[in-house]
Amino acid sequence: MATKNYSGIEVEVDDDGHLVDRSTWSKELAEAIAKDEGIEALTDKHWTVLEFMRKVYDEEGSAPSMRKINKQSGVNTKELYSLFPDGPAKKAARIAGLPKPKGCI
Amino acid sequence: MEKKNFVILGAGTAGTMMANKLAGRLETSEWKITVIDRDEKHYYQPGFLFIPFGTYKPEDVVKNKRDFLPKEAEFLIGEIEKIETEKNQVILKDEKKISYDILLISTGCDISLNETEGLKGELWQKDIFDFYTFDGASKLAEKFKTWEGGRLVLNVAEMPIKCPVAPLEFLFLADEFFTKKGIRDKVEIHYVTPLPGAFTKPKASKVLGNLLQEKGIKLTTEFDIGSVDNEKKQIVSYDDKRIDFDLLVMIPTNMGDKVAENSGLGDELNYIPTEKHTLQSKDHKNIFVAGDATNLPSSKAGAVAHFEADILIENILQFIRGEEMTHKFDGHANCFIESGFGKAFLIDFNYDTEPLPGKFPLPFVGPFDLLKESRVNHFGKHMFRWVYWNMLLLGTDLPVSSAMSMAGKEIDKSED
Repeated sequence: MATKNYSGIEVEVDDDGHLVDRSTWSKELAEAIAKDEGIEALTDKHWTVLEFMRKVYDEEGSAPSMRKINKQSGVNTKELYSLFPDGPAKKAARIAGLPKPKGCI
Repeated sequence: MEKKNFVILGAGTAGTMMANKLAGRLETSEWKITVIDRDEKHYYQPGFLFIPFGTYKPEDVVKNKRDFLPKEAEFLIGEIEKIETEKNQVILKDEKKISYDILLISTGCDISLNETEGLKGELWQKDIFDFYTFDGASKLAEKFKTWEGGRLVLNVAEMPIKCPVAPLEFLFLADEFFTKKGIRDKVEIHYVTPLPGAFTKPKASKVLGNLLQEKGIKLTTEFDIGSVDNEKKQIVSYDDKRIDFDLLVMIPTNMGDKVAENSGLGDELNYIPTEKHTLQSKDHKNIFVAGDATNLPSSKAGAVAHFEADILIENILQFIRGEEMTHKFDGHANCFIESGFGKAFLIDFNYDTEPLPGKFPLPFVGPFDLLKESRVNHFGKHMFRWVYWNMLLLGTDLPVSSAMSMAGKEIDKSED
């Protein structure tokens, strides 16, 4: 665990760069993390995905799978990959302030 | 007086345990129990893992369902078409209608080949196999008898899958199998997973993190398979990453039974929205769900079904009496993980707590070691087959706590 500085905003992140405390998230922070992840600016489409993921996490206790995002968010898998290159599940989760996808072990 | 109907859909592990528990606790003068399943055979699914390597023969893991269901229950063999919740009835494919006062859905989950483009192509069951079905495991056993080596890729399509540790077990047993055959140097074992790591929980990662490397198993993470290229013998991710294989062992998308979709009951994978502590359906008060058919954030495993059943039987009885359901399932799972060469791990966890080191079932005494490799654990895994057929399925109470226990577990005092 460590403190990371995203464009001037300091937050606690775990070993994978995911936010430790969800309450420290803000839209401003999301934009800053996105820049750090190589996404210059978050478009409306990016936000559709991020807000969908945060809503599902609040309702179900875990971030949605790619299948769920594909079927229910209005953004399909191919688009997801172009919005969040290289592992959208993990990248989008980081930007949305959510934990990484986990197995049982 | 006409009896009330308790109907159970699916006579796998959860359905059979619950049928036996209900037969023991419901008043037979008041209740008729009906169990419906499409297949008269009961498969010991944890045994499928051992079939490709010749440790178990196919016939070791099959018995007749009827032999394990209570004599009080009527057992119907039939394909379930639809649940009409507004009419409290189940419709079978042959149009037979069965009314219920209370319904238990324990229809499990199964692999779905159609979800991955090209999976059921020309190479299916020639160079591409599964071991999550009886047929698949049996065919892979035949292939392994004569396969002389090459690139063995094990890929998990997407999560959740039932028995989420089985892919790791397969890798470790394959390492042992080919070593004993004397061709390990001719086999490249490559694990390709959509998860961010082979191990994703902090404690398990710390303890087991190097295991794949030590066994010379290659790892690719965050790979979301989009299709199989049968011509080039490659698996292709959604973002066009390609991995070559000579022999592909696939764990395809796992989905709940089609009856969920037909009835408008399930989520995008046909799992039934279930209240995570009481196991009551989120949408219908007189429907309960157990085993792999739920959408619970627990693992899909026989152990989970076992601990669910302990809680569910009590909640159902309270529900029948018009009382508040006070028993809470904590997501407890307890799973052996074969690690090859006569050893295994055991992990014990629930909704809130990751697998931690310790001893099971008795703190400090064991005899099983948690998050540690041992021969006793391996013995436990194989001995469990006897416990399954002779005690678990019959609804007999086992001397282990339904809820996960923290007793004797090693917790880091300073978490950094």
